[in-house]
Amino acid sequence: MPDQLLQMQGISKRFPGVLALDRVDFTLRRGQIHGLMGENGAGKSTLVKTLTGVHRRDAGTVLLDGQPIDPRSPKQAEALGISTVYQEVNLIPHLSVAENICLGREPTRFGRICWRAVSQRAEAAISRLDLHIDVSKELSSCSIAIQQMVAIARALDIDARLLILDEPTSSLDENESQELFGVMRKLRDQGLGIIFITHFLDQVYEVSDHITVLRDGRLVGEYETASLQRVDLVSRMIGKDFSQIEAARHAPPTASATTAPHKEKFVQVSALTRQGSIAPIDITIARGETVGLAGLLGSGRTETARLLFGIDKPDSGSITVDGQLVSISSPRQAIRLGFAFTPENRKVEGIIPHLSVRENIILAIQANKGIWAALSRAEQLRIADSFITALGIKTPSPEQAVANLSGGNQQKVLLARWLANHPRLFILDEPTRGIDVGAKAEIEKLIASLCAEGMAILFISSELEEVVRDCQRVVVLRDRAKVGEFTGDQISEHAIMQTIARHEHEA
Amino acid sequence: MKLDYAQSRQPFALPGWLAKLIWPVAALALLLAFNLFFTKQFFKLEIRDGHFYGCLIDILNRGSQVMLLSLGMTLVLATGGVDLSVGAVMAIAGAVAAEMINVPAMPFPLVIAAALAISVLAGVWNGLLVGVFRIQPIVATLVLMVAGRGVAQLITGGQYTTFTDSRLVFLGNGHFLGLPFPVTIVAVMFAITAILTRKTALGLFVESVGDNETASHYAGISSRTVKFMAYVFAGFCAGLAGIVAAANIKCADSNHIGLFLELDAILAVVVGGTALAGGRFYLFGSIVGALLIQTLTTTMYMRDVSPEVAPVPKAIVIILVCLIQSPAFHQQVRKLFTRKATA
Repeated sequence: MPDQLLQMQGISKRFPGVLALDRVDFTLRRGQIHGLMGENGAGKSTLVKTLTGVHRRDAGTVLLDGQPIDPRSPKQAEALGISTVYQEVNLIPHLSVAENICLGREPTRFGRICWRAVSQRAEAAISRLDLHIDVSKELSSCSIAIQQMVAIARALDIDARLLILDEPTSSLDENESQELFGVMRKLRDQGLGIIFITHFLDQVYEVSDHITVLRDGRLVGEYETASLQRVDLVSRMIGKDFSQIEAARHAPPTASATTAPHKEKFVQVSALTRQGSIAPIDITIARGETVGLAGLLGSGRTETARLLFGIDKPDSGSITVDGQLVSISSPRQAIRLGFAFTPENRKVEGIIPHLSVRENIILAIQANKGIWAALSRAEQLRIADSFITALGIKTPSPEQAVANLSGGNQQKVLLARWLANHPRLFILDEPTRGIDVGAKAEIEKLIASLCAEGMAILFISSELEEVVRDCQRVVVLRDRAKVGEFTGDQISEHAIMQTIARHEHEA
Repeated sequence: MKLDYAQSRQPFALPGWLAKLIWPVAALALLLAFNLFFTKQFFKLEIRDGHFYGCLIDILNRGSQVMLLSLGMTLVLATGGVDLSVGAVMAIAGAVAAEMINVPAMPFPLVIAAALAISVLAGVWNGLLVGVFRIQPIVATLVLMVAGRGVAQLITGGQYTTFTDSRLVFLGNGHFLGLPFPVTIVAVMFAITAILTRKTALGLFVESVGDNETASHYAGISSRTVKFMAYVFAGFCAGLAGIVAAANIKCADSNHIGLFLELDAILAVVVGGTALAGGRFYLFGSIVGALLIQTLTTTMYMRDVSPEVAPVPKAIVIILVCLIQSPAFHQQVRKLFTRKATA
């Protein structure tokens, strides 16, 4: 089979507690751009990492050009002709373009680096991409797009047979992406196999020939791009059978029926923008209303939450709270307005791992009170205990380090931290990700009761089912822009999914 | 695989602070036991004029400067930073105290206040560079470490300014309750630090920022303020240590006061269980660490180890204590034993 460049069969990989890949097959042909799609936790990056030698597979076979391979390190993978370009440019900014391309494999003469050969090789690699750059230029003086190209040139310099592009366009603008696609097509025509990972639906349709969809560590299927409807792709990625939803469309939605259209507006976001993060967006949230942000990974959900909570600063646009124009330039200011935020990445941005459950719970109240007005130990314990009971946090003691708790219980500790502070707007970014079903249900119940008590909630979830069940208004995002909004009875998985999948030019 | 993971947890659970303290305390006890049996006169105590004298008292007295420094250093390390300038700040404080005390009719409290004020100012400088301008702590505090002794020389006009004022000399050489006065200063500062960190939210914020700065930021904690305060406090502690050091030798010796003591202080804190990476801190552990280092030094001296080679055994003991505390080292040792057991 001369046509097949890479065959992966029955790849499994287990990490402590999770089966990250479950007997996945993947085939790449020469001269093919193959999109690898899936939501968070689908196993895209694990699959790629077993290929590049970062992880070792537990089971399965990999054939490259018909030869079985088992790379144990990225270096071995490179030697086999497998090259990877990551999302963030992994180069040395203060070295020249040529030095970056040849870094770690400089041509030498008599044990010394032969600089002329370095620049010749770099020029050869760059010209393969039809680029014209002065290779002696310092890398940091080039645009991000050019840096990305240099990374690709570097990858090609090792006589790559297989190029893996892991979200290469996430920091590129439209024109720069087009430039990159031009290069990708050119390489494809030269016979290279390219694996393209992206969150942008438009891009995968624009440049890829085939699409493989993974979900929850399993292969969903491999499709020819031209014959795969967008809405089918979305439904396969999120694991919803479109026809089933279609059938259930006319069934009355459950929670959303309680919409009260005349609730007073609490937070109003108008035309909030940040370059490279989110196009101008409008959101209105009333007291006692749960507003959902729906969209695929990378669609701008988290970016919107970060702007609202003052973590990132907007370039333009305005936020009003209770009709008052406010400026939010730090989480502290957001907290003073009564905002609370549980981040998507709980471990990195949420918990203070080595501090106790008690300390994690009282952290936000104490931060609000300042350094000098310390809560007494007894008061801290009372607050911690009351939330441990109320939210059913499973911990041997309030003095247990939070790092030792399960994901669901860590999430509850974070919820407790903010609830203790009596927020008026609670921004929940993927509050149910990576936690067990029981805890999920409890958290959803909690959201409903908080909402009933009059709290405004901004709910971000990649599980459409949850969004539909829990929200009275849903804002749909795609490719970092708002593309639709539904309220009350209009909310359905079907409607949201169609909005996500709709091509701009079709609309 | 899963089984291994479960086994790697501690089979019996001590409270965190106790588990951290147990190693430095054990090392100190072991060293004292060694001296009890092998070093003549180590435990001999004399009483002259109602004051205690002897090796143990000497350790307390000589260790007082590092103990004072280690209190401030504990907070700085806990924020994930480091303060290399404290030794030089000691020299500045000593110089200011010596110059001021020689001014006729200068009120004594003002002398102390001025010496402490300039140390706090040094702390403010470090705090601004690290907390506000986000310069890496090593680089930021290196500035004063290098320049500080020059500042001290400027203050004294390049002279060894000596003094005889009995009140100032008392701070370094006096006795209180039979013990050298610096011991009292350490005890009071320890109490103040403990209250400052545990009776306010400062301790919590320092640990929180050191453990996860991003999450602390999102929770509304100003890491800028917290870091700033830690460096200011370290400056204050260095000032006190500098006054004690100058008073002890009755002279502002800008070249030697506090020389390399910042390194001893960092060692004391790390030996005491506070991680260089930041997070949980152990004030009492730092004091034990400082005592361990001083006991080692005194042991070398008592056993006639020449001063040139004395750092070598010291280094060995400290490496051992640090290894014992390292989880990675535990794992390696456990692996070694399980392999032997299965073989």
